[in-house]
Amino acid sequence: MVWQRKDLLGLEELSSGEINLILETARSFKEVSSRQVKKVPALRGRTVVNLFFEPSTRTKTSFELAAKRLSADVLSFEVSTSSVSKGETIVDTARNIEAMKVDCFIVRHSVSGAPWLIARSVKAAVINAGDGCHEHPTQALLDLFTVRERFGRLAGLCLAIIGDIRHSRVARSNIWGFSKMGARVVVCGPPPLIPAGVEQMGCEVTYQLNEALSQADIVYLLRLQKERQRENFLPSLQEYSRLFGLDDSRYEGIRKPFFLMHPGPMNRGVEIKSALAEQSNSLILEQVTNGIAVRMAVLYLTMSGRR
Amino acid sequence: MVEEMKLLISQGHLLDPATGRDGTCDILIEDGRISRIKKSLSVRKAQVLPARGLLVFPGLIDLHCHLREPGREDEETIESGAAAAVAGGFTTICCMPNTEPPLDNKVAIRFVKDRARQAACRVLPIGCLSVRREGTLLAPYGEMAAEGAVAFSDDGSCVMDSLLMRRALEYTLLHQRPVISHAEDFSLARNGVMNEGALSVKLGLPGIPRQAEEIMVARDVALSALTGGRLHLAHLTTQEAVEIVRAAKKRRLPVTAEVTVHHLTLTEEAVLGYNTQAKVSPPLRTRRDVEVLVKALKDGTIDCLVTDHAPHSDEEKETGFENAPSGMIGLETALPLAWRLTLKDVKPMEVIAAFTTRPAMVLGLPPVGIEEGQTADLVVFDPQKEWVYRREKVISRSKNSPFLGWTLKGRVVYTLVGGQIAYRSPD
Repeated sequence: MVWQRKDLLGLEELSSGEINLILETARSFKEVSSRQVKKVPALRGRTVVNLFFEPSTRTKTSFELAAKRLSADVLSFEVSTSSVSKGETIVDTARNIEAMKVDCFIVRHSVSGAPWLIARSVKAAVINAGDGCHEHPTQALLDLFTVRERFGRLAGLCLAIIGDIRHSRVARSNIWGFSKMGARVVVCGPPPLIPAGVEQMGCEVTYQLNEALSQADIVYLLRLQKERQRENFLPSLQEYSRLFGLDDSRYEGIRKPFFLMHPGPMNRGVEIKSALAEQSNSLILEQVTNGIAVRMAVLYLTMSGRR
Repeated sequence: MVEEMKLLISQGHLLDPATGRDGTCDILIEDGRISRIKKSLSVRKAQVLPARGLLVFPGLIDLHCHLREPGREDEETIESGAAAAVAGGFTTICCMPNTEPPLDNKVAIRFVKDRARQAACRVLPIGCLSVRREGTLLAPYGEMAAEGAVAFSDDGSCVMDSLLMRRALEYTLLHQRPVISHAEDFSLARNGVMNEGALSVKLGLPGIPRQAEEIMVARDVALSALTGGRLHLAHLTTQEAVEIVRAAKKRRLPVTAEVTVHHLTLTEEAVLGYNTQAKVSPPLRTRRDVEVLVKALKDGTIDCLVTDHAPHSDEEKETGFENAPSGMIGLETALPLAWRLTLKDVKPMEVIAAFTTRPAMVLGLPPVGIEEGQTADLVVFDPQKEWVYRREKVISRSKNSPFLGWTLKGRVVYTLVGGQIAYRSPD
């Protein structure tokens, strides 16, 4: 299997073979981060640009470290919404930066599809670091990596994603990724936050938390955005927490051994009771660690792939 | 003063829904009017437009387009929009009032009429339904009607206040002009950008449920029943809306409806890849809806075809799917795209009627037929000619069309407005 794509835009379009290639490549890069000298020369002389139209610390930092550990030069642009309101289109912004001869854009945007628009207009590689409510492929890849490392396989496992599925790009990418790799995906949350038709992406739907928890090998909690209450998706955060949050009694009621994951940042006390995030079955920090290896793999493959 | 030219359209096949004419004839045009129609005419000193093997029908009427003047002359003007219109076979177009400022008073209507004097075709302004299109106060219908407004609409926005809609419909009893409703419940449609369904979920885009249209179509029909007011429903897109209109017509309510050519041509799949050219309001729906809409056009539930020609600059369309404005241009492509319906058992005569006699009926205008004495607003159309719609060829000032690059079948050869050649195909 050889990587053929210029960009990594989403998991929907990837085959299981391509996902596997990324995960295998990540495995060989993971070791680099445990060395004293955390650097390989794979992308020396190449320039990577973080083009973030939406604030982010974790994903941006993770990409930045990944690029640096491959010896690439990294620039980070926080494109404020003000330059968009000045009339510059996102395509203009990207073309301007490309004119400075860069090799790769890592794009985050609050609008679904924005990385597609950029990928169509530049020759440089484009990696989607999260677009609107659509996809967040590197998050799902690092989740796949983390689960596979723990279980030694993905096929046959059951992933339960709990929370605001409607607005979650993490959920969408994970539904594609896990189902392509032969795992079952069950999504669970309040009905207004589970859009009708999501099952056509290859997952099952339940509104009953216990039903989702009882089947899961991995319980994946999503961050609940507080503004959802204002938009009338929820009566209150307290009610959400009571119905869909993971608290002690629910936690102890789960008979099947399971692992806990969260894409961060957590709303402690809303989707999860604080202490539970530190239990021994929590993979939350491993996810963060593996994020570097996976992003190194994606950068390496998109920038050195055959085109 | 140049000597008035005689014009002879020679041996074209007439298709005229007003008179039912369907056969080869010569048409002589003098002083802007059709002076004679005969199987064969010999006329001296006439300019001859050879039309053998071509179709000749009345000039098309577009009930629904956006010309952007005043306010966004960079995107379209009355003049450039009219030039695009005649290239598409339209001789009369009705422009929506959502300009900047909006056409909500007699001065604004007079401005459009003044500008239209230099335009290549007839331009009939539609006035706002509410002051500044804000949906709260009634616009001065009587004054605007006196200046030439042919209908009233807040198109682009739904009139959410049912009492305002009731009042507007009541006033149609006075001025005899239809209220055109953009029926889409805003509280359901909100920030939606495409049809709600499995595809919008997959793309992570906020959806507009079909029920947003159904609810408002039902409300507007109910208000038409309440008031006896003359209601015209703009750009229907769903099966449910069609069923409500069908029932309304069965009750003999004064309700008419239109469908756009793009809603008959494309489905929601056209937005795949975040193609902002396929972002329109109301959104493209499903294949099933397209089938139902075609059937409704054929059986007369839907009265007419429109373009909803909505020019937007490239800059605006390049801002990402959720931010990009809705709309596509359509005047130049409407006829060849609509002609594709003739492959789906809609007769050519029915397609022409949907663009001529039926929109005239919606506006309460006298029927426009090919008859001696009638104004010579005519189209000569080659239904066999294939051509590629290319960006460089677009006459409209904006280029936002999802049909760029399509091979279209059927080309306007001549468009005559008032007996003058307003458009002549370059090929």
